[in-house]
Amino acid sequence: MTTAPVKSNVPDRAGLKAWLSSDAPTSRGHARAVQFYMGWMKLYENKLAFLGFLIILSLVLMAIFAPLLATTEPNAQDLAKRLTAPGVDGHLLGTDELGRDIWSRLVYGSRITLLIVGIVAFTAPVFGLLIGTVAGYLGGWVDQALMRLVDIFLAFPKLILALAFVAALGAGIESAIIAISLTAWPPYARIARAETLTIRNADYISAVRLQGAGVMHIIIGHVWPLCLSSIIVRVTLDMAGIILTAAGLGFLGLGAQPPEPEWGAMISAGRKFILDHWWVAAMPGMAIFIVSLGFNLLGDGLRDILDPKKSQS
Amino acid sequence: MSIAENTATVARRGFTSPLYKILKGLIAGLFSIAITMVGLLFVTFIIARVMPVDPVLAVVGERASQEIYEAAYKAMGLDQPLYVQFMLFLKQVAMGDFGMSTLTARPVVEDIARVFPATLELATLATIAGVGIGVPMGVLAAVNEGRWPDQLIRLVGLFGYSMPIFWFGLMGLLIFYGILGWVSGPGRIDIYYEDIVPVVSGMILIDSLIAGEIEIFWNAVSHIILPASILGYYSIAYISRMTRSFMLEQFSQEYITTARVKGVSETAVIWRHALPNVMIPLITVIALSYANLLEGSVLTEIIFSWPGLGNYITNALLSADMNAVLGGTVVVGAIFVGLNLFSDFMYKVVDPRAR
Amino acid sequence: MQFKRSLLSLALAASVAMPISGAIISEAGAATPPNMLIIAGRIDDLISLDPQEMFEFSGSDMANNIYDKLVDLDPSDLSKGYQPGLAESWEISEDGRTFTFKMREGIKFHSGNPVTAKDAEFSLRRAVAMKKTPSFIVTQFGFTAENMEDTIKAVDANTFQITTDKKYAPSFVLNCFTAAIASIVDSELVKSNEVDGDWGNGWLKTNSAGSGAFKLQNWKPNESYSLTAVPGYWRGEVAMKRVIVRHVMESASQRLMLEKGDVDVARHLSPEDITAISTNEDLKVEDTLRGRLMYISFNQKDKALSHPKVAEALKYLVDYKGMTGSFLKGQYTIQQAFLPQTYMGELKDTPFSLNVEKAKELLDQAGYADGFDVEFIVRNATERVEIAQSLQNTFAQAGIRASITQGTGKQILGRYRARDFQIYVGAWGPDYPDPHTNADTFANNPDNSDEGKHVGKLAWRNAYPATELTKLTDLAVQESDREKRARMYVQAQKTFQKEAPFAVMFQKIEQNSMRANVTGFNPGGAVTAVYYWPVKK
Repeated sequence: MTTAPVKSNVPDRAGLKAWLSSDAPTSRGHARAVQFYMGWMKLYENKLAFLGFLIILSLVLMAIFAPLLATTEPNAQDLAKRLTAPGVDGHLLGTDELGRDIWSRLVYGSRITLLIVGIVAFTAPVFGLLIGTVAGYLGGWVDQALMRLVDIFLAFPKLILALAFVAALGAGIESAIIAISLTAWPPYARIARAETLTIRNADYISAVRLQGAGVMHIIIGHVWPLCLSSIIVRVTLDMAGIILTAAGLGFLGLGAQPPEPEWGAMISAGRKFILDHWWVAAMPGMAIFIVSLGFNLLGDGLRDILDPKKSQS
Repeated sequence: MSIAENTATVARRGFTSPLYKILKGLIAGLFSIAITMVGLLFVTFIIARVMPVDPVLAVVGERASQEIYEAAYKAMGLDQPLYVQFMLFLKQVAMGDFGMSTLTARPVVEDIARVFPATLELATLATIAGVGIGVPMGVLAAVNEGRWPDQLIRLVGLFGYSMPIFWFGLMGLLIFYGILGWVSGPGRIDIYYEDIVPVVSGMILIDSLIAGEIEIFWNAVSHIILPASILGYYSIAYISRMTRSFMLEQFSQEYITTARVKGVSETAVIWRHALPNVMIPLITVIALSYANLLEGSVLTEIIFSWPGLGNYITNALLSADMNAVLGGTVVVGAIFVGLNLFSDFMYKVVDPRAR
Repeated sequence: MQFKRSLLSLALAASVAMPISGAIISEAGAATPPNMLIIAGRIDDLISLDPQEMFEFSGSDMANNIYDKLVDLDPSDLSKGYQPGLAESWEISEDGRTFTFKMREGIKFHSGNPVTAKDAEFSLRRAVAMKKTPSFIVTQFGFTAENMEDTIKAVDANTFQITTDKKYAPSFVLNCFTAAIASIVDSELVKSNEVDGDWGNGWLKTNSAGSGAFKLQNWKPNESYSLTAVPGYWRGEVAMKRVIVRHVMESASQRLMLEKGDVDVARHLSPEDITAISTNEDLKVEDTLRGRLMYISFNQKDKALSHPKVAEALKYLVDYKGMTGSFLKGQYTIQQAFLPQTYMGELKDTPFSLNVEKAKELLDQAGYADGFDVEFIVRNATERVEIAQSLQNTFAQAGIRASITQGTGKQILGRYRARDFQIYVGAWGPDYPDPHTNADTFANNPDNSDEGKHVGKLAWRNAYPATELTKLTDLAVQESDREKRARMYVQAQKTFQKEAPFAVMFQKIEQNSMRANVTGFNPGGAVTAVYYWPVKK
C-alpha cells in the first residue's frame, strides 16, 4: 500500500478522498470528478435532501426487484378475499376490491411511475431546452414566434391540456406520458430562454462564433451546458407534479388501463371504499405522497446546492 | 417578458420620443396578446376536432338512429370544412357570442357567468390564505435560515406539494365533515338554502351579505372553508417557499448589511427594508398562483361537488361540447395572458435590466 | 396561525382516525325541513328537459313528476300496467288501428291553461316532427311528419284520436304512451316560445310546461335541480312542497350527507356503503328491481368470435355468482335473458354459470384450444371496469388473452356504433314498459349489412343477423292475445340464449338509502322513472 502510482493519475484508496477534494484538478475528468464529489458531499450533509435521494433510490430498487419483493402476482384476483384488511392472511397492505394484494400491486406499480417520470423527465426538458435556447440565441422573429407558442401552451390549464391530448390519443399509459410531456415543456423553454439571454453576448460565445462555429453547434455545445443546472433543479421539483398529474389522469380513468397497477388509478378505484376500507385508497395515496416528497426534498436540496447565488450567501 | 422585448427592439432603433415608444410598445403588446389568444383558440379547436369523442352522440344519445344522427350532425355545422368552422367560430367570439353548450342547453356565456364566480370565490379565499399565512411563514423561514423553524416550514411546504389533492380532499371531508362535524359537506350551501339569495355577483358569500341573509352567509362560509383551506395549503406551500428565497436574496445585499451596521433594529430591517423590495416579484408569484387557481382545480371541484370552471371545462371536453370547451379556454387564456402582462409590467417597472 | 394548527391536526387525525372511521361518523341532527325532499344523486346525464327530446335517466325522473300522459302507470302498483291518466277512457276501432281517447275535464296546466285534446295533438305531433332521439317510440306506429295531420288529431276539445299504419297489440301501443316522450305539454305556452319553427324546443330544453305535480323551479347543470309543488294537483295534495336534487358524484360524499341528515335520500351508494349504513337505525335501504341489464356482446365481424362454439364458450367464462356475491353485491341480480324480470314475457332461466372446463372443451371444438387475443371496450364507470377485469381474469383461465380499453361514454359508444370493436362490456335499459323495447334491439335486425346502418339496434351493432328472431319478434308486436304474446317472447329469449352473441349477465337492483321517516319513495321499478309526489315524511 505504500507504492504510489507513477504514471496514472488515478489514486489509491487512501488518496481517493484527497484526490476527489483536490482544488487543483489535473485533468478535465479529474475536475468533473471533484465537482461531482463536492456536490455529493453537500447533498450528503443536507439531511432532508439526502432523505429524498434515499426515497428515489428505494423506488428505483423497488422497480428493479419487483418480482422478488411482490408476494403475489399483481393482477391475481381472489374475489373471496376481497377487501382484506392490512396484515391479515399475509396481505401486508390488505387487498383491493377484486381481492388483489395491494403491496404487490404497489411494487409493480413503481415501474409504471418510474417509466412515466423517466420518459417525461427526459423528453420535456430536452424539448423545452431546444425551443428556449434557439429562441433566446437567435432572437428576432424566431424568438417572437416560439415564445408565442410557449405562451399558448402555458395559458392552458395543465390537467385539461393533458386530458385533451389523452382524449385525442386514446386512453392508455403511452398517451398519458406523451400528454404530460407535451404539457410540461413550456416552463423549461422559458427558463432556458432567460438563461440564454444572459449569456448569448458573453465574450466566450462571441469567440466561438468568430471561430466559425455553426449556430446549432454553439447552442448545443456551449449554451446548453450553462442552462443545465437550473433545468435539472426545475426537473426534480417538477417530478412530483408529473407524478400527481399522471395520478390525476389515472384517477379520471384516462391513464393506465386496467388491470395495470398504476397508483392514481388504484386510488380512483379505492375511493369508493374510502370510509370503511380506507387502505384501498390510502396505500397508493401514501405511495404517491412518499415518492413526490422524495423528489421534492431532493429538488429543494439540489436548488440549494446548484444555485450559485444561494451558495454565496 | 415578450412585451419588454418589443420595447427594447424599438429603443434600439433609436426613436427617442417617449410617447411614441409607449404607444408602439402598447400596440406590439396588444398584437402579441391577440396572436396568443387566436393561437390558443386554434390549438383547442384542433385538439377538439381530432378527438375521437363524437360531439353528435353527446347530443343525440345512445339510441339515436342514423337519420337523427345525421340531422344533428348537420345542425351542428360539422359538415362544413374545418377552416370554415373555425372562421365562423372566430367571428362569433369577436361578437362576444360563444354559441350554445350542447351539454347544458344554454349559451356558453351564461354557463361561464354561473360557474366562474364559484371558482373565483374559492380561488380568492385560497389566495388570501396563501398570502396571509404563506408570506409571514416565508419571512420566518428566511430569518431563521437553516435552523429548525426553516426546516419545519420547508417540510410543511413540501408536504403540501406532495399530497395527491383528491386523496387529501376526501380525507378532509371524512374528518372535518364526517367525524368532527366542524364544517359542512359538499356543495356551496346547504341544499334548502338554494335559490333564496338573488344572484348579483354569483358569489354566494357576497350575494348573501348584499341580501342581508347572515344565516346563509355563515352557511356558505362553513361549506367553502374546507375546499378553500385545502387549495390554500398548496398556495401557502408555494408562496412561503418563494418568499423565503426572495428574502434570502435581499439579506445578501449590501444595503441590508449597511442598515444592520448602522444599528437599525432587526425587525425594521426585515419589514421596512427587505420586504418592500421583494414585494414586486412576490406580487408576480402571487398573481401566477392566483391564475392557476382561477383555472379551476378539477379534482377538488369533483370531490366537493363544487360547480366551478375546471369541472365545467373537463365535463365539456369529455363530451366534446366544443363551444363550452372553447369558451372556457378563452376565459382561462385571458386570465393567464392578463396576469402575465401584469407581471411583465411589474418586472419592467422594478428591474432596469429588463427595460 | 389557527390554520396551521388545523393542518397539523388534520395530519394527526388522518393517521389516527382512519382505521375506525366508519363507526364514529357523528350525527348532527340537522334535519331537512319537513315539507322538503332533498336528494343526493348523479344528474350529470341531464342535457335537456324537453320531454319530447330527453332520453336520460335524470331527465325521465324529472318528466315523470312535471308532466302527465294520456295513460300513466300507478306508482302504488306498477304491475297493473297502464291506467287512465289525462285520458279518462279510450276505445279501439274494429281493425285495431284507431285509438280514440276521451280527455279528463277540468285539469289545468301550471300556466292556468286547460288541458285539452289540442294539447295532446300538439305534443304528439311535436314528438314526430322534431325527430329527436326517442321519437322512434311513437314513430314505430307509422306516424310521419307528412301524415300526422291525419293520423294524430284532436277531433274536438275533449276527443283525441290516433291511427296507426297497421294493427298492433293494443298493450304495445298503450305501453309506449306511458313513456316520457308521450308527455302532454302546454301547447299555448310552448307555441308562444317558438323560434324559427323549432316547436319551442330551444325554450323547453331549460323550462317546464306541464300539468304534473311539480313545476321546474331551477336547473343548474351538473349542480342541482329543484321542483316546486303546484297546489291542487288533480291526483291529490302533494306533501313535499319542494324537491331538490343535488349532483353528488362520490358515493362516500352521498353517504356522509345522508348520515349527517343533510339529505333525505341518497340514490347512488356503493354496496360497501350500503352494508355500512345497514346497522344505522335512522336510515333504511329500499331495494327496487330496475330494468337495466348488464351484458357483454361479441362482434360477429370478428373471425374467432363469430364461431358459435366460441360465443357459447364465452358465456361459460363469466363468474356470475362471484360478481354478484362480491363487488356487485346487492346491486345486481343474475339475469340471462334479454327481458328484465317483471316485464311481460320474462324468462328467469339461468342456464349459464362459470364452467372453465366446459368452455375449454367448446373452444377446442371450435379450433381455439390455445385461446386467442381479444380487446374489451368499456366505459370508464367503476362497476363496468370491475366487471371487465373479472371477465379478463376468467377468460384467461381458458387461454383467452383479453385487454381492456376504457374511455368516456361517447368514445366507447362511437366505436360500438361503428361496429369497430371485438367485445363490448355494457348496459342496456328498456325505453318503455313493453317487451318489444328490448326484443327490438337485441333480437331484431332487418338488414345486417354495413349499409343497413341500424345503429340504434344492438343486434346490428354486433352484426348479429337474428334471422329467425326478427320474424318472431315482428309477429309478436301484432299479437293481441296477451298470453300468447308473452309466450312468444319467452320462446324468443330461449332461442336468443342459445345462439345470440350476447351474454346477458345481470339486472340492476337500485338500492335507495333514505332517512327512516321517508315513505312512499318509488324509483319507478323496472318500467318507469321516479315518483316524488307520493312521498311523505
